[in-house]
Amino acid sequence: MTEKYNMPDERGHFGPYGGIFVAETLIPPIQELNAAYHQYLKDPEFIAELDADLKNYVGRPSPLYHAERWSRELGGAQIYLKREDLNHTGSHKINNTVGQALLAKRMGKTRIIAETGAGQHGVATATVAARLGLECVVYMGSVDVARQSLNVYRMKLLGAKVVAVESGSKTLKDALNEALRDWVTNVDNTFYIIGTVAGPHPYPAMVRDFQAIIGRESKQQCQEATGRLPDALVACVGGGSNAIGLFYPFIEDESVKMYGVEAAGDGIATGRHSAPLCAGRPGVLHGNRTYLMADDDGEIIETHSISAGLDYPGVGPEHAWLKDTGRATYVNITDTEALEGFYALTRMEGIIPALESSHAMAYTMKLAPTMNKDEIIIVNLSGRGDKDMQTMAKREGIEL
Amino acid sequence: MSRLAAKFEELARTGRKALIPFITAGDPRPDFTVPMMHAMVKAGVDVIELGVPFSDPMADGPVIQRASERALAHKMSLRRTLEIATEFRKTDQETPVVLMGYLNPIETMGYENFANAAQRAEIDGVLTVDLPPEEGLECSVLLKARGIDPIFLLAPNSSDERVKKMDAAGSGYIYYVSLKGVTGAGHLNTADVENKLQQIRANTQLPVAIGFGVKDAQTAKTIANIGDGVVIGSTLISKIEANLDDLEKAKNEIVELLASIRQALDS
Ligand SMILES: Cc1ncc(COP(=O)(O)O)c(C=O)c1O
Repeated sequence: MTEKYNMPDERGHFGPYGGIFVAETLIPPIQELNAAYHQYLKDPEFIAELDADLKNYVGRPSPLYHAERWSRELGGAQIYLKREDLNHTGSHKINNTVGQALLAKRMGKTRIIAETGAGQHGVATATVAARLGLECVVYMGSVDVARQSLNVYRMKLLGAKVVAVESGSKTLKDALNEALRDWVTNVDNTFYIIGTVAGPHPYPAMVRDFQAIIGRESKQQCQEATGRLPDALVACVGGGSNAIGLFYPFIEDESVKMYGVEAAGDGIATGRHSAPLCAGRPGVLHGNRTYLMADDDGEIIETHSISAGLDYPGVGPEHAWLKDTGRATYVNITDTEALEGFYALTRMEGIIPALESSHAMAYTMKLAPTMNKDEIIIVNLSGRGDKDMQTMAKREGIEL
Repeated sequence: MSRLAAKFEELARTGRKALIPFITAGDPRPDFTVPMMHAMVKAGVDVIELGVPFSDPMADGPVIQRASERALAHKMSLRRTLEIATEFRKTDQETPVVLMGYLNPIETMGYENFANAAQRAEIDGVLTVDLPPEEGLECSVLLKARGIDPIFLLAPNSSDERVKKMDAAGSGYIYYVSLKGVTGAGHLNTADVENKLQQIRANTQLPVAIGFGVKDAQTAKTIANIGDGVVIGSTLISKIEANLDDLEKAKNEIVELLASIRQALDS
């Protein structure tokens, strides 16, 4: 399947996954978006503007850093960190919001909405909206508003309105529901910037295309540093955008193994987790068919993770396809293990990772020792841990 | 002929408009729904839309969201909604019942299992909010083969092409969503609805029921006269919500409102 990979098809299908499953009012704006996406992603002027923004505003390319001390300590493969934490606003999310905001501008939309979990996508959206002078409303579950309060303040500073969502489990999925309700009400002037590779087509493909810069740079940087391709890629998977951004340019390179790391929360066996690929089943939510955490009646069940950005019952449909075809492997890391990853990177390399990214670090700690010293792992360090300082301090019994 | 087709034919013949209430199955308690359905029939409704509770009702406003939450708190499900429909059918062979909900419960049951179960429950139509015809063909074929009408939505921003698509894919009736927004929204504009209906009529012969944002008998009459029927949901459910400690009162208020709408429609 990977010799010539050209997913999705024109209706947004990755095998049985993906597609467009939305209420009728959203069909016209989705068609409009799809047309704009196809037009502008081939438009040299648009690409040039995007590239310039990524370079001068986001700060790309982000470094590929050889974590020598940590590699030595783990005693196996050489670990390279893709430093998305060094981007403007502190995570990979800005790669996508810069791209979608340019599209919104081209399409003449004056109002931007977004959903957010950890607040990184909300901040990245509020940032580009501020820069372009667009009205911005961010939906965020009230549980996440409480645990990521620093990011709520950042969004407000940037001029966004943050709406705390009180329905359902009060986390990311409910923020997405509320954003969809806003979109259906304000379709004429509003552009919905989805923060991950979920939602109806073309979002999963479009967000992937904006995030694929991570993998393209990594490939080139790895060649320059080592003269060859990596042996393994590791990235955390919430909705799956930082993971697909890293994986996508390597899909046809069959020698490169791909590991997506889901959040096991309290442990898969407890049922209190956010690992639909590892422990869920196919279904339809938020506009696409994918693996979901749902009960026997098809009701979505509550998810649990220490990291707000991974606390989501679905996952991008392309990951569902990569799982079924065996091209990528999906593993999981508990809250406790993620914390070990968090402390390890902090103390070993002087880099404080986001709790989301800490899941990828924790899996790397398991994987690296099983590999040879001349093998290479690229780990996506999707974001920095500043936003999690309050959560971490509280766990340590410290009042900031 | 399906119960729905027969019903709309009879209405057309007698020059009347369809009154279509929407309630969520199992709201606020599973034992409330069947008696409520019978009472609504007595109040003069023509078709009943029975909402299947879902954990993530993306197209619904707060009133119907809370109805879903109340029902789910009692472990309502698609399976138990079908049981409610079966129970209703035991003593009412006439009134068409349309299930309205989201796709995931149906996906989880499996399309064929669902179609069989809906047939056994003598369901007449199925409206799945997040299943446009492009993705819905497989399910529609299974439903139609069992005499169940797949019902599709049209919206204020639907093109001629979309209307034709719904005409080809759907049967029973078309549900026209009268405004850009969620259920229970407050910005219904009847002049807009009137303009849009001309475009819809030009592209389909199917009866058109109009819903979203209808709150009183006068608006119901105006709206029903533009189309072939009016759907009224959030306003009814608000009465349940306002009387959670006295469900008999909730039922009476719903019956009263529906009877007054019936009278307005027929006068
Ligand atoms: C730093 C960071 N990494 C990862 C994620 C998870 O999202 P995705 O799986 O789309 O990359 C988030 C989401 O908020 C995040 O903030």
